[in-house]
Order: sequence, then C-alpha cells, then structure tokens
Amino acid sequence: MKILKDLFKDYRFVVSFGILCFLLTLALLTFFSPYDPALWGEVPRDMPPSSEFLLGTNSKGQDVFWLSCFAVRNSLTVALIAGILSRVIAVTVGMVAGYKGGLTDRVLMFISDSLLVIPLFLIIVMLAMLVREMMNLLTLGLLLACFGWAWDARVIRSQILSLREREFTQTAILSGTGTLKLVLKEYMPFATPLVFSTLINNMAWSIGMEMTLAILGLTNLDIPTLGTMIQWAVSYQAMLLGYWWWILTPVILSVFLFVALYWLSVSISEYLDPRTRVQRVGA
Amino acid sequence: MNKTILKTDHLKAFYVLDVHGTQKVVKAVNDVNLDIQENEVYGIAGESGCGKTTLLKALVAAIEPPLRLMDGKILYQVNGKEIDVASLDQEAKRKLRWEYISYVPQGSMSVLNPVTKLKETYRDFIGSHVSGKSKDEAFEIAKEHLLDLGLPLKILDAYPHQLSGGMRQRVTIALATLLKPRIIIGDEPTTALDVVVQRGVVQLLKDIQGKLQNTIILVTHDMGVQANVADRVGIMYAGKIVEEAPTETIYGNPAHPYTQYLIDSLPKFGDKSTRKSVPGSPPDLGNLPSGCPFHPRCPHVMEICKQEMPGYTKLEPNHRVACWLVGEGERLS
Amino acid sequence: MEKLLEIDQLTKVFSFGSILSKIKLTAVDNISFDIKPAEIFALAGESGCGKSTTARMIMGFESPTSGQIIHSGTEVAKNEKVWFTQGIQAIFQDPFGTFNPLRTVDRYFFETVKNYKLAKNKTDAIKLIDAKLKAVGLSYEEFAGKYPSEFSGGQLQRISVARSLLTDPKLLIADEPVSMVDASLRMSIVNLFKELKENFGVSVLYITHDLATAYYVSDRIAIMFRGDIVEMGPVEQVLMEPKHPYTQLLRESIPEADPEKRWNYKIDLSELEYEEYMRKGCKFAGRCPQVMEICKAEMPQDTQVGKAFVKCHLYSESQKSQNEVI
Repeated sequence: MKILKDLFKDYRFVVSFGILCFLLTLALLTFFSPYDPALWGEVPRDMPPSSEFLLGTNSKGQDVFWLSCFAVRNSLTVALIAGILSRVIAVTVGMVAGYKGGLTDRVLMFISDSLLVIPLFLIIVMLAMLVREMMNLLTLGLLLACFGWAWDARVIRSQILSLREREFTQTAILSGTGTLKLVLKEYMPFATPLVFSTLINNMAWSIGMEMTLAILGLTNLDIPTLGTMIQWAVSYQAMLLGYWWWILTPVILSVFLFVALYWLSVSISEYLDPRTRVQRVGA
Repeated sequence: MNKTILKTDHLKAFYVLDVHGTQKVVKAVNDVNLDIQENEVYGIAGESGCGKTTLLKALVAAIEPPLRLMDGKILYQVNGKEIDVASLDQEAKRKLRWEYISYVPQGSMSVLNPVTKLKETYRDFIGSHVSGKSKDEAFEIAKEHLLDLGLPLKILDAYPHQLSGGMRQRVTIALATLLKPRIIIGDEPTTALDVVVQRGVVQLLKDIQGKLQNTIILVTHDMGVQANVADRVGIMYAGKIVEEAPTETIYGNPAHPYTQYLIDSLPKFGDKSTRKSVPGSPPDLGNLPSGCPFHPRCPHVMEICKQEMPGYTKLEPNHRVACWLVGEGERLS
Repeated sequence: MEKLLEIDQLTKVFSFGSILSKIKLTAVDNISFDIKPAEIFALAGESGCGKSTTARMIMGFESPTSGQIIHSGTEVAKNEKVWFTQGIQAIFQDPFGTFNPLRTVDRYFFETVKNYKLAKNKTDAIKLIDAKLKAVGLSYEEFAGKYPSEFSGGQLQRISVARSLLTDPKLLIADEPVSMVDASLRMSIVNLFKELKENFGVSVLYITHDLATAYYVSDRIAIMFRGDIVEMGPVEQVLMEPKHPYTQLLRESIPEADPEKRWNYKIDLSELEYEEYMRKGCKFAGRCPQVMEICKAEMPQDTQVGKAFVKCHLYSESQKSQNEVI
C-alpha cells in the first residue's frame, strides 16, 4: 500500500494510471457488449455519433464504441502475452548466461546479439506471412515475444555479472543457499525494476508492432484490435468519406495507450531504481 | 607567536535534505573554531561520518547544495589581508584554489584525466593557472617540480592507469603543489594505500612542507599517520572538535574520554594486553543525541552531559577540551 | 599436534589476454603452511601479494593450479563444497557488501539454519540465532527485520561473524575484516577472534595488511610478498625480530601511534609491480638494501632461523658458510 502511496505523489503516475484504468474499463465492458464484434451489419451503416450509437457506426455495420472496446481488450491481450513471455525469456537467458558464464554464456549471447543486429521488422513480417493461416491473438503474442527479449537479456546478464562479484553472493553461498535460490532471492530484487519498466516498454512496442502488421494486412483481420480497426477504416476510405469517428477512435485510443504506458514506465522505473530504493530503506 | 593563515569562526555547515516531503538536517559541521598557523601540519582525526570531509569542503570554499553554510565564517589570510571566503565570487575562488589552497583527495583517479598522458594534464593545468607561459616553458616548470620532489620524469609520458596507486597519489600531490600553495589540504590521502606506499606518500608530504614552509591540513582516521606527521591534532566527533592539542599532548596526555579511547584502542608492538574499542556506534548526524553527542558512549557520563554541550576548557595555552569532566569551559555564544 | 588445515605447495597461475599474447601471472607461488586447532594464524602482506587468492582457494571459490589443500587429514577434491562439509566459514572485508542491501539481514541467518538443518522449528532457530548474536555482543531483538543500511559498519561485521558461527565452524577465514571498519571499533572485531579461539576453540585465518592488529591477535604469522611466503613463524619473533629484509621494511613502514617514534629516514618504493612478479630470483631483490649477486639469479629456499622460516639468501646455509670464511 505504501508503494502506491509513494507512487501517487508522481503526477505522471496518476495520469497514466487514470488512463489505463479507463482503458481497462473499456476492455471489461466487452463482456456486456450487445453485439458480436465478428458479425457485420448488426446496426445501420455509417451513422455519426449520437445518443444511440455513442461513437457512431462504421461501413461494416458495427458499433464503433463497442468495437473499440474489443479492440482495446485484444490489443492489450497481445501486448501482455508478448510482454510477459519475452520478460520470462529475457530473465531466464540473462540470469543463466550471467551466472553460468563460459560456453553457455557465449552461446546465449550469440543468439541475443544476432537478434539485435538483424533487421527485426523484416523477419517479423516474413514470419507473420508464413503463419498467416493460423494467426490469432496467441500466435501473434508468441511471435512478438520471440523477438522482444534480446536487449533486456543482455542488460540483466551484465547486472548479474557484477552482482556475482559482490560479497553477499559469497555470504549466501556460505549460508548453504543453492544456485537457483541464490539467483532468485539475491539477484531477482535487483532485476525486478528492470523487468517491470521493460515489461511496460515492451508492451508498448508490441502494440505498435501489432498495428504495423495489421495495417500491412498480415494479422487476422477478423479479430478487432486497434491495428485492424485502423486497417479496416483505411481500406474503406473512412477519412475520404468523412467518417472521422471510425478512424479517429482507434487512433486517439492508441495515442492515449502509448502515453499512459510511457509515463507509467518512467515513473515506476524511477521509483524502483535500486539506488533510490536503498536510500529509501535507509531513510 | 606564529601567524594565523586560516581561521574558522563558529562555523556551521549543514546538509539540508528533502526526504519524501520532510526536511532532514544533517549537522555535519557544528560550531567549529579552527585557528591554523603558518608552517604547521594540522591533523584532523575522527571516525567516518564525523563530518571531517564536510569540514574540508567548507575550508576549500566548495559549499554547494545540499550543503549549506548556516552560520560562522571562514577566513583566509592572503598576503596579509583577511578575506571572508563567503564574500568571494566563483572566479576569485577559482583563483585562490591551487594558488593559495589546494586539495589532495583520497582517490586520485578523479583528479587526473584518464585519457590523456600526464604531460598534457600538467600542461593544461599550468596553462590555465599561470598566464603568459608558453607550452614549452610550462613543461619545463613541471619537469623541474617533479625533479624537486624526487619523482621520475618518465611518468610524464604515462597514462594515469599505468601507474600504481601510490605513484598516482604522489603525482596528484605533485600537481596540487605545483603552484606552491600556502595551504595543502589532504583528505585521507594515504588511506587506500599499502603501508610501504603510504610511508612514501607521507614522506613526500613532509618533504614538500619542509621545502615550502607552508601549512598542511591532514585529515585521516589513522592515528599512526597523525602521530607521524602532525604538529597539532584536532579530534573531531559528531561535527565538533572535542579536543585540540599539540601531537605529543594528544598522545601522551589525552583529556577527552573519546580521545582516550581512540589512543588506548590502538594496538602497539611488543604489548599484547587486551585493548578495548569505543563502545556503541557513531551517532547519526541527522539525529544527534542531546547535550554532549558523546554521552551515550561515554563511561564517565554525568547528568549534565545529557543536557548541555560543554564549552572549551584550556588545560594549557594550546590544549583545549570540550568535556564536563575537565571543566565548564567558556560559554559558547 | 593435529593439523586442522594443511596447505601443501599451493600454486595459482592466472592467465590474461588473448590466445596470441598470453600473460601468465603467478599470484600464489608454491606456498605451504598449516593451521592448528584453536589457533589464530595471520597471513599478512600488501595488496597483490596473493593472500586473498589463497583464501579463496581454501574456501573452494577458486581452484588451485597445483598443490593440495588438506582439511583435517582429508584432501579436498576439486569443486567440493568445503564450507558445507569441512566446517569452514568466512567473513569479508566490506561489511556493507556482505549482505544484500535489498534484503533484511536476519534472512541470511534463517537460511543458514534451514540449509544446514540446525533447528527443528522457528523457536529453536531464534534461540540458536540469539545465542550466536549474544556471543558477539548483540541480541535478536535489535537485529530482527532490519536492513543492512540500518547498522553501522562495526555492527554489521559482528553480525557477519555471528552468522558464520551458526554452523559451529572449526575454521573461520577473515579476509581483511577490519580494514573498512572505523579505527575506534576495530578492536571490538579483533577481540572477538580472541574470544572465539579461547571460548569455542575456533581457529582463525586472519588475512590482513595491518601488522599491528596481526601482532595483537595472532599466534603465528606468515608474511607474503608477490606470491611467496617470505617469512613465517610465531608472531613475537617475526614481528619483533624480523629477519627478512622485506618484513623489516614492512614493519618499519607502519606508522606507530607514538609521536616519539617518528620515521627519520627515507625508503625506496617499487614502481614496477609486474617486473617484481616476473623476477627469476628473489622477488624483493630489486629493492632489497642487502641484495647480493645470488639473489638475482636464484630463488632462496626456506631456512630455519630460531622458530621461524625465512626465505632469504642472507640466512641460507651456503651463504652462512661464506660469511664465516670471510
């Protein structure tokens, strides 16, 4: 509780927390949706915002408000799958490479370095084309997770390398603590801030990537996400035909989402920085 | 009677910190009166966290937030004139630094530029402080100075990391004394060094002092080094000088219980009898005990010690102690 | 008398650099010594003399290039957890680095108790922990639930000793335990070693550069220089009547806390550490005031002088006879 109290002193955290809460409410609202997002023509087409259709309807005969609720939910789901999975990979790779060292380290770092230097975007586009048939939220999340861990694994590894030389590592070993426990209990607290702040960054990256792939038409367009909403609106010439509510809704929602995630990551990582944390414990 | 070269008058320098909305005041230098003479080595001893380093910062006029000068004065004697340091602007302070007062830190790496040869460091240093000297002339000055101090000239062609810790420290000292400052301040200059190297550095400092006939203010917690170098020693505890006397008196006839503990706890060769260290732990400067800050650890504590800080009592003309056991002392203003 | 720990011709060579230009550095060069039960043995020398490497090898954190480490009669195989099986514990130089700043200190105590199965339940564990803390002058109440930053350096170092005592070790390895503790609190740590030896029969390998405390606390001492033990024997003899010129230099470089005993002559400093390591003969030959031709060519052998062993040609048999002839 004290953590939240301290965090709420930061206006950036308050704002981003508020936006996220709003977006989460939208996502939760989908469970009460009167329409199925997969079906077309449930409502009259191309209606501007009104009391009946809060954000109007689109040319496919879908309610934009409810559709965008689904879009937020699905985008967040993809981002969470990609973010959490890639964190797991990053932490595992970083810790194993850092603690084991030697050949294991060299092999793992070779893989992560390769991921860092090859043009990721092209590879993802290529892979997305290959698995297009079975593309759904899970496969998309997995695909993004496979490419989002390399840099963070490197950072965690270097952190472990320096922690390994600290004397408390030896104290723990002399206390009879095994390797796994040592890494989890002694080193994890140092890696946690990084994992949290990069989780959020990685989610933002995943959402952006999903949008790019969707606009390129490489994801399953039947599943509403922020990206596919834009893709449909663009392909139906929503802008040209003056259906601004159709295209602006996903764009504004994505902008809100990015700003919220960015401020959240900044304020949390400032709070969790081990240096300020040590100071706080001392104070 | 010697001439005063540096004086502090009821100097108070506190750190004012903002910890999650609440103000915290760390009383690092609390009412310090120093009167340092020309041509003497003045030692300041005390454990870590007693405010020695802050005192030095104040002495070299490097008070920057969060450190604040709360009260008192720092007075330099420059060419017979008394100067209040607080009245100086940045430019004047910069000029006084190195020429009048110079500083030797504990880790010398921070002073030397790691990516240039020492030659360049010396040239830049002379170039920025002595006007109207060509590069070659400056280089000659540096060479002469190193020879004077008995350091090998080939170090000028080396990078700082190529030298051993002791050599680096001696090079830093050479640099700090290049402009023949009247006061050299050493902040634990030998602490991280091995004993043999430490001896070399101490030797160099003594040499320089002998040649320049200037003043050295040496801060170190190593009572052995103090005994070897200092003419007078001030014992600092919790931001205050609790005892000050000529070295022989401090070691031979310490009056403050804290000084007694410090001296008695030192192991001596040829004497294996049990020695006790000071009980308890150093106080937190942000939360000082009332009265005399040493009272929670003092074996002779009395009621009055818990309430009031004693003033200085003069046991001899140049031996002053702040302790109720010795006397009431002059009232502090 | 039985030996608790025997070091036999221990050598450690570190290699640096790439495959093409490998530099080999002998950090510990063929040293032998032993520690007896209930004895404080000091390993003293300047930084880079190999004393910490020796300690790491004894603890099993580093494997020796050659030589043997024999714990109470049994030789230790590579990669064996000696601290688990041989009753060895250690305390380190930096009291603030000994414990993780993000975890409370008591966790290490409970983990030790749990991992070594020292108590049946939590009450027993607290009782045991409290007993060990009492032995170092602290109590469970004043330390439970606190972070390392809430203690002073001296307190932390004592807590560190208390933790190492949990497993009732026979040997405590103390690597520069007081060099980062305030001078005023140093003796409380050093006195602790004496008490441990006298009350619990614990042996201590006291690694230090501080000869004054080494003299105060230890029974025997070995002086290391550039990987060699140059002089070893009872502390009274080695430090009060040093034989090896290096020991003499070290002994005289210690500033004594007595203004009457100021240094009155100057010494030479070595600038070329690396060269000293690479020397063929005696590694001190470059700085030794009594250097002879033989010193530069040949490594001296251990010679017994009184109760101590000295590695110096001044005392070797051939040299003695020569001296007599002259």
